[in-house]
Amino acid sequence: MRRFAEPGALAGWFTSARHPASDRADDGRLTNVPSLILCLPFLASILVYALRSHGRNVAVGLLVGTALVGLLLSLYLYPALAAGSVPHQTFTWAPSLGLDFSLRVDGFSWLFMLLICGIGMLVGIYARYYMPADDPLTRLCALLLAFMGSMLGIVMSGNVIQLVFFWELTSLTSFLLIGYWHHGASARDGARMALIVTAGGGLCLLAGMLLLGHIVGSYDLDTILAAGALIRAHPWYTPTLILILLGALTKSAQFPFHFWLPQAMSAPTPVSAYLHSATMVKAGVFLLLRFWPVLAGTDEWLWLVGGTGLVTLVMGAWTAIFQQDLKGLLAYSTISNLGLITMLAGLGSTLGVVAAIFHIVNHATFKASLFMAAGAVDHETGTRDLRQLGGLRRFMPITATLALVAGAAMAGVPLLNGFLSKEMFFAEAVAARNGAALDAIPAVLAVAASAFAVTYSLRFVRDVFFGSVSTTMPRQPHEPPRSMRVPIGLLALACLLVGVLPNQVIGPALHAAASAVLGAQMPVYSLAIWHGWNAPLQMSIAATIAGCVLYLALHRRLRRTDNTPLLGVLSGKRMFERTLTVFGADLPNWLLVHCFPTRRLQTQLLLIVLCALLAGGLAANSAPFARTPHWASIDPAFALLWLLGAACAIGAATLAKFHRLAALVMAGGAGLVSCVSFVWLSAPDLAATQLLVEVVTTILILLGLRWLPKRIEGISPDGPLTRTKRYRDLLVALVAGTGVASLAYAAMMHPVADSISRYFLEHAFTDGGGHNVVNVILVDFRGFDTMGEISVLAIVALTVFALLRRFRPAAESIDAPQRQRRRITEAAAAERQTDHSLIDYLVIPGLIIQLMSPVILLFGIHLFLRGHDLPGGGFVAGLTVAVALILLYMARGARWVEAHLRVLPLRWIGVGLLLAVGTGLGSLVAGHPFLTSHLFLPELPLLGQLPLASAMLFDLGVFCLVVGATTLMLIALAHQSLRRTRAAAAAAEET
Amino acid sequence: MELVLAIAIGVLITSGTWLLLRPRTFQVIIGLTLISYAVNLFIFAIGGLRTGADPVLHAVAGDLAQYADPLPQALVLTAIVIGFATTALFLVVLLASRGLTGNDHVDGADGTP
Repeated sequence: MRRFAEPGALAGWFTSARHPASDRADDGRLTNVPSLILCLPFLASILVYALRSHGRNVAVGLLVGTALVGLLLSLYLYPALAAGSVPHQTFTWAPSLGLDFSLRVDGFSWLFMLLICGIGMLVGIYARYYMPADDPLTRLCALLLAFMGSMLGIVMSGNVIQLVFFWELTSLTSFLLIGYWHHGASARDGARMALIVTAGGGLCLLAGMLLLGHIVGSYDLDTILAAGALIRAHPWYTPTLILILLGALTKSAQFPFHFWLPQAMSAPTPVSAYLHSATMVKAGVFLLLRFWPVLAGTDEWLWLVGGTGLVTLVMGAWTAIFQQDLKGLLAYSTISNLGLITMLAGLGSTLGVVAAIFHIVNHATFKASLFMAAGAVDHETGTRDLRQLGGLRRFMPITATLALVAGAAMAGVPLLNGFLSKEMFFAEAVAARNGAALDAIPAVLAVAASAFAVTYSLRFVRDVFFGSVSTTMPRQPHEPPRSMRVPIGLLALACLLVGVLPNQVIGPALHAAASAVLGAQMPVYSLAIWHGWNAPLQMSIAATIAGCVLYLALHRRLRRTDNTPLLGVLSGKRMFERTLTVFGADLPNWLLVHCFPTRRLQTQLLLIVLCALLAGGLAANSAPFARTPHWASIDPAFALLWLLGAACAIGAATLAKFHRLAALVMAGGAGLVSCVSFVWLSAPDLAATQLLVEVVTTILILLGLRWLPKRIEGISPDGPLTRTKRYRDLLVALVAGTGVASLAYAAMMHPVADSISRYFLEHAFTDGGGHNVVNVILVDFRGFDTMGEISVLAIVALTVFALLRRFRPAAESIDAPQRQRRRITEAAAAERQTDHSLIDYLVIPGLIIQLMSPVILLFGIHLFLRGHDLPGGGFVAGLTVAVALILLYMARGARWVEAHLRVLPLRWIGVGLLLAVGTGLGSLVAGHPFLTSHLFLPELPLLGQLPLASAMLFDLGVFCLVVGATTLMLIALAHQSLRRTRAAAAAAEET
Repeated sequence: MELVLAIAIGVLITSGTWLLLRPRTFQVIIGLTLISYAVNLFIFAIGGLRTGADPVLHAVAGDLAQYADPLPQALVLTAIVIGFATTALFLVVLLASRGLTGNDHVDGADGTP
């Protein structure tokens, strides 16, 4: 549809025309780089999945290659950033909603891009050797790439709604990655918990962003960042802040939402190293810092962000000491470090922001390398339990050295990067003292947490690599493969280089990132190792000594205990599970029992009907009604037709209990009458669809009848109560029927207002290229609706298929039906006597159907081809073909058909959906809105000029999907009988 | 015409609602089928009833008033197909419940009929 007339909100879906604002990038050559960086991982992800037969090297190669290209492209952007420009790229998305798809790279995003791509590359190399050899790695690499893309999307978003979109995408990919080894219950539980917490936080974030957009009047990040004073003064500031914080704090695993992170450690170690230390959990603090210029500086911010950070910092560090799982220790240490960053962001000082950004980078490097080292230990020894490990330095000296360096960085030993950011943190904690009572608490707690960090770092390094050789290791360890050590080594080297030469190595990048956040407020800071004998240094020394003492005091006890002293009761996991039970099961149950009068479906249905009646009655009360019926306009033939229809309906109602087959036939009769009415009332398309659906539904229910229990009339006589109930229901039904009838009559007598039908009639041929307006509406004007509809159909078919796979019929209906059994015995008897047997009792109809089925198929295709101009189209044609197939099944039996014909319903469904979506995307590529139909007028030999619309391709998708969904449902149901006989035969053979 | 169709819709709704309130799953599924016929006819009828109108455009479109209203038709066509999907889903749920509970009562337990 070239001229989509609906002035609806979504009229401008993804028109890819370049926005004039895209010229904001100073350097013309850079305009396409951001979108390239964003698209590459997603494309590579699809490619990896498509090439899944090519094995792990291709998958890993694509992952590492994409990350490398992303890294190089990001570095290529640096000169422009250093010159002070912000590369921008904007595509109009839904302009009527004020939404643009916009990408912007400032120094802060750029630093994150380096982390995401750089660590992603190392993790790829590491995973190649870490993962079990029989894992093809395609799924892992595809998911990691998709995650990388989503993460890049977060940091590059120039629109806050788009940011939330990528935010939720990271939650989703993280869910899939945590549950990567989905056969393990802990992986599934951990994945589910992470998804509930982080995606729930994401929803809060969305609400917060909507409020923010409402306050500012734009969803554009630059506009929002420039409106800080307006936002802070707005009465909705506090709710907005709380919602955004809920998003950020859940993602960054801050207290009290921290519990999902340790549970997520059931993910493969490369995933933990990448997502749960270096990148994804940093998205929360990224958000805090991104919105720091507009949200920070208030008391709410200080108390909420700073307080949460401080509590998390201390709690995480303390709990980390008492972990027995290597990855658990690292997880709590990550929580604690994220708390540190959050607290720095919460202080509201500009130097705090610089320190937070610096620590983000430092933590990412040392924690990723520690995770990889922990993975190497696990890989080589077969265990991650600290109590079973010891003395590994003799077997894996290189890994031990690298882990020592990274562990020292985590503890904050001088000449390593952790030391520098810790010094800045201490300086900030001291500077935050404002002279009030108890103002020293943050500084004291900071020292305590830092001491705990020393303790758990010591525990990690010493208990694993030093001391006496453990005798309880499941395997004899040796050095891991070189490719596993290289990523660890590179990251450890980075720790060292930043620690020794901070100004040269990280100085420019840190400056670019911090000035992107702070703008004109950029403070003066120094990255030197030696600042003199000042308070931070003294605090650092005190913390180190206290940590060592604590380790010496505790380390014997640590090997025995399993609980965390003091804080063990605050198990977030238990609280989460309690909450889930309360809201997921207890509360609904309670409501059902106490607030709802009944748990019986029958009564509930009655209540629903009564409510509908009440609502309809109230509404009808205020509506004008047609007064006098027009008796003259009654067509006797039509009345006779409906006399039949009404008789069928009433018959079906009375017979449905004891004579199911008769009731089904009667209901079908009523359906046929309504089908004839459609023809009568000039709607041939409807009549055809109704007829075919009628056939398919009847077959479906017939297939199901077999599994229902026998019900014989007159066995249990009805009591007076039952009779009363029946009269009551009849009364309700009569009221409903009369009400709807009068409503329908009133509606029909009401003059039809000028509707949009006129538009469709006028434009069906000129714009849609078809004479059958109904079909043009379905596949062209309202193609998007149809796509939703066929998706529903596909989902229903798959649900039916899935439900039937676990179908357990009642015991008494498992045996073959009586008549079938008799036929089989008769056939066996007959075989002994004569040549012909009763088993061939359907031979003539069977043959006829078999011969007719190609004709029906051809007719189906004919219906499809003419659909745009004459009654027909994808739905009807699909149903026809499905009916042809199912007739063949009925005539020749499932085994015969499947031996001669490969019916692959799932593939039909897939192809149908792909075709429909592909057609829609095709118009996007051509620069038109989604699902725009294009009309070709090709000159063909013999046929002359043919109007061909691309909507035809869409209709083909509908056709394939309907064929697939219908046959899938019918065949799945039909196969139940076969399965039972097969199972019975197998059981008989065994005995 | 209108009156007949209105009464027909009424009868279908009455039978369907009565079946909907019955205790056996099969009765409910037949009831839903009947109700969906009625609803489809209702939606279709809202556009006004036309006999002998052209459903398909002529080569020369001419007066638009001679054509049947395509909009309710498109709506109902969708409704018919979705109705089929719902019936199929309900049937399978019905069968699963029959297998699990051993009876065909909507409440899962054979109480009052």
